Amino acid sequence: MLAYVLRRIGQSVLVLLVTGLVAFSMFRFVGDPVDNMLGQERTQADVERLRDRLGLDEPFAVQYWSFLTNAARGDFGLSYRQGRPVAEIIAERLPATLELAAVSAVLAVVLGVAFGIYAAIRRGGWLANAIMTASLIGVSLPTFLIGILLIWIFSVELGWLPSYGRGEVVDLGWWSTGFLTASGLKALILPAITLGLYQMTLIMRLVRSEMMEALGQDFVRFARARGLPERAVTLRHALRNVAVPVITVTGLQLGSIIAFAIITETVFQWPGVGLLFINAVQFVDIPIMAAYLMGISVMFVGINLVVDLSYLAIDPRLRAGAGGRT
Amino acid sequence: MSAPDPVPPALELRNLRVDIPTRRGTLRAVDDVSFAIAPGEILGVVGESGAGKSMTGNAVIGLLDPPARIAGGEVHLNGRRIDTLGRGALRRIRGAEIGMVFQDPTSSLDPLLTIGDQLVETMRAHLDISGKAARARAVAALEEVGIPGARDRIDSYPFQFSGGMRQRVVIALALCAEPSLVIADEPTTALDVSVQAQIIALLKRLCAERGTAVMLVTHDMGVIAETADRVLVMYAGRMAELGPVREVIDRARHPYTAGLMASTPAASRGARRLYQIPGAMPRLTDLPEGCPFHPRCPKAQEDCRRVPRPTLAADGGRAACLHPLDPERGAEDVARAAEGTAR
Repeated sequence: MLAYVLRRIGQSVLVLLVTGLVAFSMFRFVGDPVDNMLGQERTQADVERLRDRLGLDEPFAVQYWSFLTNAARGDFGLSYRQGRPVAEIIAERLPATLELAAVSAVLAVVLGVAFGIYAAIRRGGWLANAIMTASLIGVSLPTFLIGILLIWIFSVELGWLPSYGRGEVVDLGWWSTGFLTASGLKALILPAITLGLYQMTLIMRLVRSEMMEALGQDFVRFARARGLPERAVTLRHALRNVAVPVITVTGLQLGSIIAFAIITETVFQWPGVGLLFINAVQFVDIPIMAAYLMGISVMFVGINLVVDLSYLAIDPRLRAGAGGRT
Repeated sequence: MSAPDPVPPALELRNLRVDIPTRRGTLRAVDDVSFAIAPGEILGVVGESGAGKSMTGNAVIGLLDPPARIAGGEVHLNGRRIDTLGRGALRRIRGAEIGMVFQDPTSSLDPLLTIGDQLVETMRAHLDISGKAARARAVAALEEVGIPGARDRIDSYPFQFSGGMRQRVVIALALCAEPSLVIADEPTTALDVSVQAQIIALLKRLCAERGTAVMLVTHDMGVIAETADRVLVMYAGRMAELGPVREVIDRARHPYTAGLMASTPAASRGARRLYQIPGAMPRLTDLPEGCPFHPRCPKAQEDCRRVPRPTLAADGGRAACLHPLDPERGAEDVARAAEGTAR
């Protein structure tokens, strides 16, 4: 089992090295950074000096290695556009995105699983049918459209909730949070719904179909025949047995919530890393793009690793299989 | 009438009917089934697939798959009527008063929980008992069903057991809350032939020790012959014959029963070739007029097609047949019929 865990970690590192290579190649192939940084008025001496300072005349492998070691320390160099360290800029923006993503994710998982279970056990009931019909909207409407619709209804027509920005934030020194002010919380509602709706409906539909299958299994029938309370039959036996596929999809969806916050942040002018990335793309601010790419890939790889390891925690047969191969 | 029996039967069905409403009309999956099982008695229920055996068992424990439902009749457990109880009350009866053993032990057990957890949760659902005491009882229950090293194996998962051992665990689960009735639905069908006899012997011994009544659903006449006190033969959702096991096996009165015996290797002593009942059991959607067995019956006569379906009363409570086989010549009749199909 330990060997399995180590092997999975090794694979994760390999994936990160490859994405690191992609991120690094952006510097070399998407234009010459020296051109971008120095502008029109420059001498050849300026160019040489900057090349030397940035280490751009080193061999490829050396540059890649220093990029990796710097990245591992959180150092992605200076933003071309702002001239400040990328790590500092991202650190300013990260709390906004993480708070938005966390609220969306909790919303998506809690409501998705709860509605999914309900729709499975009350199959055919009017409320279950209503939930299923409503979920079609979440699955089929694109995120930006949902965001704009919500803004139109709740900001423009009703005037209840703000249509853009984060509201007032409290600066804790290392973190700025919108959780502590009324306007911060109000500002979170619409973007969080917009960002989490698709994931919620996806999780819900998955939980429902998996649960319906599990509820027809013999061990559920036998659990009922043993006279277990319905709650134990549903949650302890059926739900646990659908945990593996549900966690797999949920994990990937959590990654997407952060990665695709870009759209929601753009619609709501949410000052997070997604918006930062979009602006960076417009200005070809490669250090920021590279850092964003690395951050997202670390996150995806990390989630995948946790998902894989959670299989072992859930299913004893896999534990035995993983142990047998050691 | 004499005074009522002081000990009520463990299970009594009175004219049980199970309907399955479908778009093309209502199917009657179980029709007018009445029998009683005394405490400690083993009733074998036999019949082909789809005869309504399992459906009867599921109706008793209230676990019919919708849309199937009890459409009439009564179910009494130890003198108490249970088919009218609400879901919660019925849930408390399941496991506590009626234990259930299913066909396939591999799929009956939750693969993700240890067998100890499954035993403990079952006991704690029905008995007022601490987790620790339940665990001790779980070990004892596993020892009783013959799991070697029960104390060490209680924390094992179902996949770590063989099929026969799993069925022993299932039996321990069915009996762990001391029910007065066990419904065993094809308990050996999914097992290796070599362990079938062990499992049947185990079930029989444990129920005899506890005075537990057993409804043993199977299509294996050999199992019935070895285990049951009485046997109920079902055909197309109806009772075909009911009687003491030796009587029914040696002197079948319903031609269908005789056919079943003749088509079973163990019961057809030395016949060169096994008998085959011609045709197949009719679908519930198109039951024939009259006796449902008449299209396949070697002894069918004109009135079998006309007279509405016979009940056990047609043969003094023994066989639902207008022309029951002569007890003395039953074997010959079957032998002759067997000869007929062999050619």
